[in-house]
Amino acid sequence: MNTVLHKAATRGHANHGWLDTNHTFSFAHYHDPTRTHFGKLRVLNDDFVDGGMGFGTHPHDNMEIISIPLAGDLEHKDSMGNIAVIKQNDVQIMSAGTGIYHSEYNKNKDSKVNFLQIWVFPKQQDITPRYDQITFKPEDRVNKLQQIVSPSKTGEGVWINQDAWFHLGNLKKGFATEYEIKQKGNGVYAFVIEGEVTVGGQKLTKRDGYGVWDIEKFSITADSDAEVLLIEVPMS
Amino acid sequence: MEKMNILVFGRHPQIMETVLRLINSQPDWKAEGAITDQEAVEKFNSNFNLVLIGGGVAESSKKKLKTAFEKINPQIKMIRHYGGGGGLLFNEIEETIAQ
Repeated sequence: MNTVLHKAATRGHANHGWLDTNHTFSFAHYHDPTRTHFGKLRVLNDDFVDGGMGFGTHPHDNMEIISIPLAGDLEHKDSMGNIAVIKQNDVQIMSAGTGIYHSEYNKNKDSKVNFLQIWVFPKQQDITPRYDQITFKPEDRVNKLQQIVSPSKTGEGVWINQDAWFHLGNLKKGFATEYEIKQKGNGVYAFVIEGEVTVGGQKLTKRDGYGVWDIEKFSITADSDAEVLLIEVPMS
Repeated sequence: MEKMNILVFGRHPQIMETVLRLINSQPDWKAEGAITDQEAVEKFNSNFNLVLIGGGVAESSKKKLKTAFEKINPQIKMIRHYGGGGGLLFNEIEETIAQ
């Protein structure tokens, strides 16, 4: 088993006033050559955006972009004509493909929005841009791993143009389970949203990240009430 | 410090415009863009240190241009650029400079 540990406090951090952001991997002006990606997972940003503020219209191409709001509401507009508000329990995916423009703003004027912005390198290049979002039932991830992203169009969760699976778990203290790698050669990046968990024997606390690969399965134990995101991606 | 001269080659005019603006906002970097293979060949000269390849460029074009560019500058570096504002752009360039 190979592992990599990224403690929360070691993430890149930038405070732009309206945006307080933490970068697990190199992003914008944070550059650490030892932390550029985990397999096909390129970006994991933990963003806090002030009320009414946000990211103006900007382009993307050939990237799978997943947004997971943790608190507050995020308004999305894109060049495909999609206008949507994503909230807690929603998961949004955008396949940038040949190229799109979009903006993301905090829908509320008086409270922050906190969301995870995750970029995964695509399996197939230059596909037609695509947008999707699904609202998940929070009760379906209590002491369970709820699949929120899948490489199968008929699988549970939003479809991703990559051999990747994402799961969310709201685990009560003392709950233990195992995660089996879905595809040989993939690795899993565990990100602790809240609480304390032990993943593959490694104790983790809030906003820590821990990658494991060259393994078939690993254990997950909640050391307190905890929320965890598991991101399985190809390692090459 | 000598400027980093970058040729940005991609098929999407709006993305090109943003990438050029972001690169040219940096004091030590200077970029020009090309949308077509012919335009890229015409613009390329030995002053360029780096070529950023954007979306929509077929492998056949990349190979053809690599051959053409290397005849002019055998040290030229060509890297894939993934659009996304300045999110990855600065990292991609800084990583190449560091190599």
